[in-house]
Amino acid sequence: MLGKLDWSAIPFDQPIPLVAGAVVLVAILAVLIWVVVKGHLPYLWDEWITSVDHKRIGVMYILLASVMLLRGGSDAIMMRIQQAVAFQSQGYLPPEHYNQIFSAHGTIMIFFVAMPFVIGLMNLVVPLQLGVRDVAFPTLNSVGFWLTATGALLVNISLVVGEFARTGWLAFPPLSGLSYSPGVGVDYYAWSLQISGVGTLVAGINLVTTVLKLRTRGMNYLRMPMFCWTTLASNLLIVAAFPILTATLAMLLLDRYLGFHFFTNEAGGNVMMFMNLIWAWGHPEVYILVLPAFGIFSEVVSTFSGKALFGYRSMVLATMAICVVSFMVWLHHFFTMGAGPDVNAIFGIASMIIAIPTGVKIYNWLFTMYGGRIRFATPMLWSVGFMVTFIIGGLTGVLVAVPPADFMLHNSMFLVAHFHNVIIGGVLFGAFAGFEYWFPKAFGFRLDERWGKAAFWFTFTGFYVTFMPLYIAGMLGMTRRLQHYDVAAWRPWMIVAAIGMAVLSIGVICQIMQLVVSIRNREALRDRTGDPWDGRSLEWATSSPPPVFNFAFHPDVRGEDAYWDMKTRAQQQSFEHDVPEYQDIEMPRNSPTGFICAFFASIMGFALIWHIWWMVILGGLGAFATFVVFAWRDHDEYVIPAEEVARIDRVNLEERRSLVSMAGAV
Amino acid sequence: MSMTAAVGHAHADPHHIGVVIEHPGPASKRIVTAYGFWVFLLSDIVMFSCFFAAYAVLSGQTAGGPSGAEIFEQRNVAIETVCLLLSSFTCGMASIAADVRNRFWFYLGMAVTCVLGVIFLVIEFREFADLVARGYGPSRSAFLTSFFSLVGCHGLHVSAGVLWLLTMMAQVFAKGFRADVLRRMMCFALFWHALDIIWVGVFSVVYLLGGAP
Ligand code: HEM
Ligand SMILES: [Cu+2]
Repeated sequence: MLGKLDWSAIPFDQPIPLVAGAVVLVAILAVLIWVVVKGHLPYLWDEWITSVDHKRIGVMYILLASVMLLRGGSDAIMMRIQQAVAFQSQGYLPPEHYNQIFSAHGTIMIFFVAMPFVIGLMNLVVPLQLGVRDVAFPTLNSVGFWLTATGALLVNISLVVGEFARTGWLAFPPLSGLSYSPGVGVDYYAWSLQISGVGTLVAGINLVTTVLKLRTRGMNYLRMPMFCWTTLASNLLIVAAFPILTATLAMLLLDRYLGFHFFTNEAGGNVMMFMNLIWAWGHPEVYILVLPAFGIFSEVVSTFSGKALFGYRSMVLATMAICVVSFMVWLHHFFTMGAGPDVNAIFGIASMIIAIPTGVKIYNWLFTMYGGRIRFATPMLWSVGFMVTFIIGGLTGVLVAVPPADFMLHNSMFLVAHFHNVIIGGVLFGAFAGFEYWFPKAFGFRLDERWGKAAFWFTFTGFYVTFMPLYIAGMLGMTRRLQHYDVAAWRPWMIVAAIGMAVLSIGVICQIMQLVVSIRNREALRDRTGDPWDGRSLEWATSSPPPVFNFAFHPDVRGEDAYWDMKTRAQQQSFEHDVPEYQDIEMPRNSPTGFICAFFASIMGFALIWHIWWMVILGGLGAFATFVVFAWRDHDEYVIPAEEVARIDRVNLEERRSLVSMAGAV
Repeated sequence: MSMTAAVGHAHADPHHIGVVIEHPGPASKRIVTAYGFWVFLLSDIVMFSCFFAAYAVLSGQTAGGPSGAEIFEQRNVAIETVCLLLSSFTCGMASIAADVRNRFWFYLGMAVTCVLGVIFLVIEFREFADLVARGYGPSRSAFLTSFFSLVGCHGLHVSAGVLWLLTMMAQVFAKGFRADVLRRMMCFALFWHALDIIWVGVFSVVYLLGGAP
């Protein structure tokens, strides 16, 4: 009846996950009760859960990522403490528990923090930058988000019901095969990624179509803001790479569930095929994450330097070059596994080639800053911090891309330092920069600068104190994923790293404080003009927060830096806007399709993990029925009448006029 | 670029001296839908190529079990292929009928497509069942694993297509040729033709190359 599920699945003998799970459960219940008692449920349902507005969906993605960042961060703290104390002792974590923690940490950070964060920012910003009303497929967008949330939910359920994989974040067979991992851990891993992977693919298709087919009048390709370009590149990579992940996980699951022999040791299965497939997805994946961050830095650096981006066209070219080359280097992840010197050399050289377009980008940012009037607001701090940090990460990347060096450094702490260097210093700093930069656009008020700067400095310092020692430990021969060790020379570095982790955590607390303080002072921080940073691209041309329809008219773009251009022209012509002819606007209706679909997907995923077959069928039928019902509905749009559009838009125009005349007077 | 430069170039893109083709604005819904679906199909083809690659890697790994030449029945495969190619034709007829709003030809075209698709599925299912009965199921060897997965993945797509096809017929019955129904019909047709193309790949790589003694 309940498949493999019984009381032994709940780890009554392990206090840590049980207590953590209980705390989370109580917190969720408390929030739910508060929401229901206060009567916020209808609001949440109507305005957020069923919303198909790209801005709302973007915000929900970012919220999901932030919550999961705290979860993944607690795992990180536990690991750092373990390695600091586990010198010639067992530490406080039993080995199988430690293995689950590092696997969950990696999985969560990549799939449920970094991915939703960048997808959320792209969702929020790209339609605004393109001057359009929504993404190409609004309802599908909501489905994508909720499926991602389903994946996150399943990973968190594994904390209390059953276990998580002990195989690392990529679950290499044969370790992840049935003979070495008979429990449900790998199934949790695979099904949650399978389900959220569908969500990611949907988001990718949506954004590619949006950028290529929905641009406002005059927005030629070479007038698109840089962030739109990197979004395009990143989502092209999603569309091309995520199906590989889907296929690979499907093969692994077939091996586990039906006794297939893709990656087994017996009957001719081939483990190296898994390596090739997973890294053919995995290497592009790191660029899926970092390219949008590059786009954010381009926007931030040019806005806060008060200059157009230096070398716009070379930036576009570099972005697309990275997009292509990132598909041709995957083998550098297993140089040591016997492909032979010729193959290794080719892939080593290909890997190093990526450093060239990346270098082009760094120089372009530097030249953009050169001679500009730089304002060191928080987003700019994150950007400059990124440039310094990412150069170190990129250099160590080139180092491990040299096959002989990699034979020494592969699977060592050095590697751990490298990829945290690029992922935290690149992706996460970028996400934070984007968060600070676009927050006023999303919510209509700015974030507190003092707490923001404190958050930056603590995070920045904490990052260096945590990860530089890992480079050294790696060179001293420490391998990754050690539950305990006996080499005295590593010990000091592990302690320093643990201290760094504490500093990093203060940074996180500052960021939370920043939110709390800013929400409390939101009246003082209100952004009335819609353009708090003196921005250059179209998202600043509408009010903060923008109306559902974003723009009353599709803006007419005449060159790069569309909004900057409009502002300068308006100053010269003293804004002699002839009163425009407002028209009715059709917008897509809210729909619970995404939420219901994810509900059934959660049931199905859970049932698949525990082999509860009747429930699998139930979930599948439910999901199918949801789609048929959705396909059957008659009215999928509603009309905002012209008078309403006019009323909303006039307020915005008034504010803006006073802004421009003020700027003109200065 | 300084502010004055931006103003100076306000009316002509600095990079396109000469004729500037201005982007006309957002594309129509029909184009956007078709475009997005194309992108999806490309990603689906990427997924198939992984299974093709796995087949290429594993096709020699028979682990003492049968090889392709010993188990493939060319006659069955030929019938399957004919069914699928014909169904692509009838699906095209149904699309045209939908475009000119002719219900009779639409239903006829879709019905024939459906029948051909089901025949294809039945033949494939019998082939699979027969192999399993003889002890040559997917867990017999890595070769059979990759064979069942590649062909089965295509079969699953065809099954989903048949389900979608029936939903389409019901939708036209209930709603008529409304714009959104027509857009869906266009996506369905793209899907069905793409499955045809993938089958040509399966046919050549699995049955022709693998079936040769
Ligand atoms: C100049 C650019 C880069 C080069 C040449 C490079 C090179 C490499 C190489 C050769 C490895 C494998 C080392 C080994 O397993 O022994 C590696 C691992 C890794 N890199 Fe990079 N990298 C670069 C940029 C990046 C970026 C931008 C990111 C992320 C945004 C990234 C994330 C990772 C991750 C996550 C791993 C570890 C995967 C694992 O084994 O778990 N890298 N890199
Ligand atoms: Cu790589």
